[in-house]
Amino acid sequence: MSETLPTAAPDRAADLPAQSPPVDPAETAAAGEKVAHGGATGRRLSWWSGDNGEGARRNLGLIGVLLVLVVIGAITRSDLYSNPDWVWDNTLTILKLASVVGVVTVGMTFVIIGGGIDLSVGAIVALAGVWCTTVATQNFGAGGMIFTALTVGLAVGIVNGVLISYGRLVPFIATLAMLVAARGLAAEISDKQTQISDNQFINGIASNSLLGIPLLVYILAAVVAAGWVLLNRTTFGRRTVAVGGNPEAARLAGINVKRHTLMLYGLSGLCCGIAAVMLTAQANSAQAAMANLYELDAIAAAIIGGTLLSGGRGTIIGSLLGVIIFSTITNLFAINGLSTEAQNMVKGGIIVAAVLVQQVQFRSFTQFLGRNRLTT
Amino acid sequence: MTDAPLVEAPADAVAGEVVLRLTDVVKTFPGVRALDGVQLEVRAGEVHCLLGQNGAGKSTLIKVLAGVHRPDSGTVEWRGEPVTFANPQAAMRAGIATIYQELDLVDDLSVAENAFLGHEPRRAGFIRRGHMARRTRQILGRLGHAEIPPSRMVRSLPAAGKQVVSMARALSHEARLIIMDEPSAVLAHDEVGNLFRIIRELTAQGIAVIYISHRLEEIREIGDRVTVLKDGRTTAANLPARDTPTRDLVSRMTGRTIEYVFPDRPATDTTGDELLQVRSLTRAGEFSDVSLTVRAGEIVGIAGLVGSGRSELLETIYGARRAESGTVRMGGRALRPGSVGAAVGAGMGMAPEERKSQALLLGEPIYRNVTLATFGRYARFGFTDTGKERAEADRIADSLDLRPRDVRRPVRTLSGGNQQKVVVGRWLLGDTKLLLLDEPTRGVDVGARAELYQVVRALAARGVGVLLVSSEVPEVLGLADRVLVMREGRVVREAPADELDENTVLDLVMAGSLMEGAPA
Ligand SMILES: Nc1ncnc2c1ncn2[C@@H]1O[C@H](COP(=O)(O)OP(=O)(O)OP(=O)(O)O)[C@@H](O)[C@H]1O
Ligand SMILES: [Mg+2]
Repeated sequence: MSETLPTAAPDRAADLPAQSPPVDPAETAAAGEKVAHGGATGRRLSWWSGDNGEGARRNLGLIGVLLVLVVIGAITRSDLYSNPDWVWDNTLTILKLASVVGVVTVGMTFVIIGGGIDLSVGAIVALAGVWCTTVATQNFGAGGMIFTALTVGLAVGIVNGVLISYGRLVPFIATLAMLVAARGLAAEISDKQTQISDNQFINGIASNSLLGIPLLVYILAAVVAAGWVLLNRTTFGRRTVAVGGNPEAARLAGINVKRHTLMLYGLSGLCCGIAAVMLTAQANSAQAAMANLYELDAIAAAIIGGTLLSGGRGTIIGSLLGVIIFSTITNLFAINGLSTEAQNMVKGGIIVAAVLVQQVQFRSFTQFLGRNRLTT
Repeated sequence: MTDAPLVEAPADAVAGEVVLRLTDVVKTFPGVRALDGVQLEVRAGEVHCLLGQNGAGKSTLIKVLAGVHRPDSGTVEWRGEPVTFANPQAAMRAGIATIYQELDLVDDLSVAENAFLGHEPRRAGFIRRGHMARRTRQILGRLGHAEIPPSRMVRSLPAAGKQVVSMARALSHEARLIIMDEPSAVLAHDEVGNLFRIIRELTAQGIAVIYISHRLEEIREIGDRVTVLKDGRTTAANLPARDTPTRDLVSRMTGRTIEYVFPDRPATDTTGDELLQVRSLTRAGEFSDVSLTVRAGEIVGIAGLVGSGRSELLETIYGARRAESGTVRMGGRALRPGSVGAAVGAGMGMAPEERKSQALLLGEPIYRNVTLATFGRYARFGFTDTGKERAEADRIADSLDLRPRDVRRPVRTLSGGNQQKVVVGRWLLGDTKLLLLDEPTRGVDVGARAELYQVVRALAARGVGVLLVSSEVPEVLGLADRVLVMREGRVVREAPADELDENTVLDLVMAGSLMEGAPA
């Protein structure tokens, strides 16, 4: 085995075999400086191919889809779209429609990037909504109601997290069980009745605006901004990507995978608590059946937004665009007076189309950029 | 049954005839020209070796041949006809079978299902399971591993066992050309002997073999001709494998001569404090009653076959597995068993054996992989400092000669050897007091290897303790101050490295088998 040591070999450089093309190593090295090969490109990569370049490029595709939807709207209802005031109001309507699911989707995005799934989000929203509108809680006023909703959401999320990380249940099963149990508990607490919220402050969250923009939209913006910072700028976000991308590598690098997984479900629960307040405010009431199938909307939005279902990759902005695309479709059907049945069929189609479009667009775009860079 | 040919050799294979010829093949990836004009000529019945530094383009080249990548330009002539394989199946049908550098097995399928994946023997649409199991057993037998049951789940096999299964897969095809990309990187010494026996059988039947390895002594032993790649170009073609001087090969690969491999060992410093104390550590079926110490500034090597319990021992010391009995102390304080967090907190770091499954976030940038264990340290109030991380990663990339050098590229796009440098580089950051290295130079080329040894020695000089596991005995003997030899889960010898030689260690190490010590 001593031959690994190149020193030992006798110097017979002179008698090179005739078949080998005469290539001088120094010459090759010189040529190497002109073309980028093997080694570094010598130039810094531009912003879009930097840290989150891939996500940014995907998001461009989503914005394209959104524009197409708007154009369809403008064509089918040119009468409405010719009025700028209506367009502005309608945009706010779409954002308001997106706000509650949007908040839930931010939490869901973290869970999915971290390698999990949370099927219980709709049920947690319902439980938190019902709990914070009980007569006893309403006596504590708006602060008490908000505190209750957030605490219930967080607590249920933590239960999910404990079951999954320390109880070693599969996330799908654990949160499916929680879905059933939380709705059951919500029905129990509310006695299957609709609980009216008498609190004007809470109800005002949905009806009031600031500078012409509904408060709900501000809440969505705040949660999205916080989520973006958390994912992209903090150690929490970095751990999330690591835990979802390769849990074994994360563990061997000294990251506490179990504790982090627990926190992810807690975060998702907390988002559900916020959403519960918003939804309660919208309806001026809460009931056990509220936020039905939100889990599907949130998962679909995250996936359309480019979050990898197997974990390790995803963006908050992508998820937000996913939610907005969905509410734009709903809005498109509403302004055209079409049925919800047709709408659901189209939504299914859009999910598939959006993902396909992203793939195609993404691949050719990358190739184009790759070629381009080599020739410059 | 053992007399049946391992691979049904094509009846018309003529030894010496050129079966494959590549002319000016170019393949680019975004920002990288991986192949930049490759010439290659392979004859039936020969073992044609590809040599080149990490990132030279060897794996890319064989992926072009295997139909994984399509060349941008240039021609591939297969048996006299220009071809472009649309996909890997097309290449296989044409008679090219490939063992990839990164294992591509399906963990949750059995050994037989993996061996025949994609071309299962069928009758009326049903897989002929019995037939498949028989053929697999036959191939495994010829590979010297009759003890691996065809019905065993691949997940439960040790790394070397998986390598055997991917070889079995390549051999299950009726191939005229078998490509092997660093097959020996995960194999122990005796396994390599087995592999060479098979290769000789194949070539005797007129089958051509393309063989990639960074170990020159293997190329001397098994190769007929050598083609050298540098930066995606052929810098020398068809050199005789046995008597081209090593200096020539190395300078054609690297463009320079490498004067040294192992750094000088300082006069052993016995005054360093005992850093790591392991007492009677035991895990049934893996290793038993292992005691060892590592002093600050000392490099301790563990030699042993794959399956001798070395990697399991390392992982247990690190807390990734829980010891059944025994204690691990760092600086005198006992560590909580089964807790990686405790070990890392006490200053340990481990570069694990399998880079892809145990160490890397393939889609993430290089720098984030380098700082995976330390990003918290550069953070302020929980906010990461990517600028600082990049700067630190740049420093590591320089000292390990990472190519390409841009640390913002995804790790996925690095060559195998460069990915390995990222894994080791991770623990060169921060204030690691004890470094556990499991096969740190797997797939790393000669030049980068020498640099890595330098870096490890420099760390030791700064007072870091190192515990090194390697299948390559010269590496253990050349780098370590003190050597432990393990066999079947026990330490059978402990001595200063300069009191041992390669043959002594090999004699001590032998008598283990691949399947022993593997989880049931
Ligand atoms: N999918 C990819 N995308 C971008 N670049 C790539 C991709 N695959 C390989 N490369 C680049 O192409 C070059 C050649 O890589 P290749 O894997 O062929 O090297 P190699 O000779 O096999 O090295 P090693 O000895 O380390 O295995 C490297 O610079 C690598 O970074
Ligand atoms: Mg390679």
